[in-house]
Amino acid sequence: MGFYASFGTVLLLLAITAPTALAFGFFGASAARSNVAPLRWLGKGYISVVRGVPDIAFFLFFIIALDQGIEYLRHKVTCSDWDQPIRQGNDFIVCDAAKMPLGSAPQWMHESYGFALAVLTFAIVFGAFAANVLFGAMRAVPRAQIETAEAYGMTRKQSFWRILVPQMWVFALPGLSNLWMVLIKATPLLFLLGIEDIVYWARELGGTKTSRFTDYPHGDWRVWYFLFLLIFYLAFTKVSEIVLERLMTRLTHGQATTGGEAQRKAA
Amino acid sequence: MEECLQTIADYGLRSIGIGQRLLPKDNFTLCQQMTLIGSGMIWNIYFGICALIFGFFFATALAVGKAAQSVWLRKPSEWFIFLFRGSPLFIQFFFAYFLFLSLKGVSPIFNPFTAAWLGALIVLFCNTAAYTGEIFYGALRSIPKGDVEAADAYGLTGMPRFKRIIWPTMLRLAWPAYTNEAIFLFHATTLVFFTGFPAWQQRGDALYYANYFADKTFNPFVPYPILAGYFIILTLIVISGFGFVNRRLNRHLPQEHRSKLKLRANIIR
Repeated sequence: MGFYASFGTVLLLLAITAPTALAFGFFGASAARSNVAPLRWLGKGYISVVRGVPDIAFFLFFIIALDQGIEYLRHKVTCSDWDQPIRQGNDFIVCDAAKMPLGSAPQWMHESYGFALAVLTFAIVFGAFAANVLFGAMRAVPRAQIETAEAYGMTRKQSFWRILVPQMWVFALPGLSNLWMVLIKATPLLFLLGIEDIVYWARELGGTKTSRFTDYPHGDWRVWYFLFLLIFYLAFTKVSEIVLERLMTRLTHGQATTGGEAQRKAA
Repeated sequence: MEECLQTIADYGLRSIGIGQRLLPKDNFTLCQQMTLIGSGMIWNIYFGICALIFGFFFATALAVGKAAQSVWLRKPSEWFIFLFRGSPLFIQFFFAYFLFLSLKGVSPIFNPFTAAWLGALIVLFCNTAAYTGEIFYGALRSIPKGDVEAADAYGLTGMPRFKRIIWPTMLRLAWPAYTNEAIFLFHATTLVFFTGFPAWQQRGDALYYANYFADKTFNPFVPYPILAGYFIILTLIVISGFGFVNRRLNRHLPQEHRSKLKLRANIIR
């Protein structure tokens, strides 16, 4: 049962992470082209820090760093009379009231907290990729379009929201669809973050020591479980490819690009 | 300082089984972390370089196969590329490991395949060959028509035409994208020891040791930045090496036509 539910976990993760990462990316990209210097540095720093380092290291790093960060903040707020240092040698100790989630919380709280952390981690990493794509897309919008907006007397803010943002999507889509594919392919990394996802169940169920789950002992079936996962992912990427292709045709419609021009002539 | 030199002597080659057998258990010094994580980089570099070199030739074959007229050549190449580009590398590692594990029961020939140095290398090799094959295929299709026509006019056909005209041009066009691919490949090597391939006697790669330290100390803020630092250095070395080849491939062109290396955000597979 857990095996089937874990497909739901993966789909849920994709459904939550994609918009969140896009939002992170949008803020990152807007910050990177801001007029205020510190904001610009922040945006550019965010984009460039994620480059050059293996992403899996980021996943492993953020999952602990976020957890400890949250507990540290709660510790500061809830137990101000605590006098011992938090880092005692190799241990990270906060008072009981600051434990996240509380030690007395039910099991599902622990699981959903872990899942929320995973989502946040994915959103931060993929947000940086999305920010990079959107930053490029904003610069790819023909300069003449902005100049026309300025000639009509629009303010910087108006021309950003009314001209730049609607037009950038067609330039961003190839990059974003690439990112979506990558996001799909990154979902098995959930396993490393301690979530009981597809990979976990495939290992457990396929293994020989499965008496915990079933009364029918069988040989080592992990090969077949992973073959199934392989096919699942292949089918998933293929379907996404077709859908994104359609979306691209829709978005190109009426744009000032060669693609849009070709569509206009064909019609 | 002398203590640190001793640590380097003890653990510098720990990842390939030379030096101190036991890993430090507690009171980790910064020097120990730097040394062991750096020692793990040997594996990352080994996987990266071997997969790149072997993968390069296979990728050329795949690209030519995908661009071929004959269905018998084209379909297998297309399927191979789709199979390895369409599925997560993580799952590929798992699948390959358990496949080799069950093949091991059939014949002892497959014994070395379950070890990381060969099994994981095969997966990385197939994976990079598929990605690079797609890049080369794209470059093959964008070779200027005039170049090929000129070759025809000079009476070059078959293998000489491919070797002298098409292949160098393909490489030149594909090189910037290929550089990115090489960087991703080095980053992908960190996945190896998290996917079933056992780190025999705790001889793991850089991320394996970084994770070891983070687990033992509950402090991710030291080992992961060290790892990041090593990878940034490695990335810079790869970029400069590929930049050198890029300049050589472009040296016959006038200055303004030379293609620059453009580096894009790194991406997981």
